Amino acid sequence: MESALVSGLQGLFLGIVNLNPGQVVMILVGSLLLYLGIRKGYEPLLLVPIGFGAILVNIPLSEMMAEGGFIRFFYDTGVRTEIFPLLIFLGIGAMTDFQPLLENPKIILLGAAGQFGIFLTLLLALAIGFDKLDAVAVSIIGACDGPTAIYVSSKFAPHMLGAVSVAAYSYMSLVPLIQPPIMRALTTERERMIVMGAVKQPISQTTKIMFPIVVTIFASILAPKGAPLIGTVMFGNLMKECGVVDRLKRASENEIANIVTLLLGLCIGATMEADKFLRAQTLVVLALGFIAISLDTAVGILFGKLMCLLTGGKINPLIGAAGISAFPMSARVVQAEGQKYNKKNYLLMHAMSANAGGQIGSVIAAAVMLSVLQGMGIVGQ
Amino acid sequence: MDNWTFGWTLALIGMSGTMLVLWVLSLLILLIRKVFPPAPAAPKKG
Repeated sequence: MESALVSGLQGLFLGIVNLNPGQVVMILVGSLLLYLGIRKGYEPLLLVPIGFGAILVNIPLSEMMAEGGFIRFFYDTGVRTEIFPLLIFLGIGAMTDFQPLLENPKIILLGAAGQFGIFLTLLLALAIGFDKLDAVAVSIIGACDGPTAIYVSSKFAPHMLGAVSVAAYSYMSLVPLIQPPIMRALTTERERMIVMGAVKQPISQTTKIMFPIVVTIFASILAPKGAPLIGTVMFGNLMKECGVVDRLKRASENEIANIVTLLLGLCIGATMEADKFLRAQTLVVLALGFIAISLDTAVGILFGKLMCLLTGGKINPLIGAAGISAFPMSARVVQAEGQKYNKKNYLLMHAMSANAGGQIGSVIAAAVMLSVLQGMGIVGQ
Repeated sequence: MDNWTFGWTLALIGMSGTMLVLWVLSLLILLIRKVFPPAPAAPKKG
């Protein structure tokens, strides 16, 4: 009886006995993510479940990610299979209005320039010693698009999923802090004051319906490996625009997106086990992620300057900064920055066009990347 | 394939491929707009 009592009591202390300093640090990191999400409002829909997942997985003996563990089940079902990010894309497509882009299609090119940070960071990652697929996973942070980053990193470097996802979502929420200094450094005051005229191009409903269909067929044929990414975004958008499947559209943007966001967040947090996350490499990933998003912004603005030059000064280069996928945050940053120098300057709709272009651009860039990797024989057919 | 060849190939084809796809998409949008123009507004009664 006495020994049974002692054994029982020992069981209560097993967690404390097995707690190591790394786990304590990671519980603090998880708590920091909760603080940023709850108190600071930085991407709370993601940072709250990620932070909580990080805490759960670092509780000693909790076996959350062990075979058959509670979160492991969702990880194997939704993240390893790449299903969760695709379902999120469905919701994003159902929520996105591409009208500004349809009104002003040439602005979509800024959405391409805004992805160059991905490829420049890839070179940087290779230069500092990352192996090929790890470098691809790190560079995709430059897509400035959480689901794309998760999709690519879970495919090529699942061991880096936690660091890549946290970097992607953290920097997306920090866009209002990261972009303005780069915008000011790369433009003159005169350029920042350029007033862009209103674009009032009526768009037919048929055009809005045809857009996702044409993009899916065209882009998927060119980059077949990216068909799941392109297809889900565009299918979501088709449901929004066709107007006859309102229930499905609402389910995609609400129930499905909410459930998947919750489970995806927990799973990402659960990849942040102390022994895998507390490495010098994680800090390098965070630094490269910052560089990637800064380069996206810089190249977007430089391309905006080129368009400004080619159009005889009709395009304000600031809108180039919105050629990333952080929608609509980046467009709002452009609007705010433009108004600092010219109170009568309304760049929002133009920036929204570039931002919508950035959303498509990030998916296309990832699709192109996947297809080139397949063509080079780096990944399987 | 060494890392540099890999990196430069992926970067060059990736950047130019993304730009090309989006440029063609912009042309396709213009084409769709032309093929499916908005219906003219109905004249007001009275």
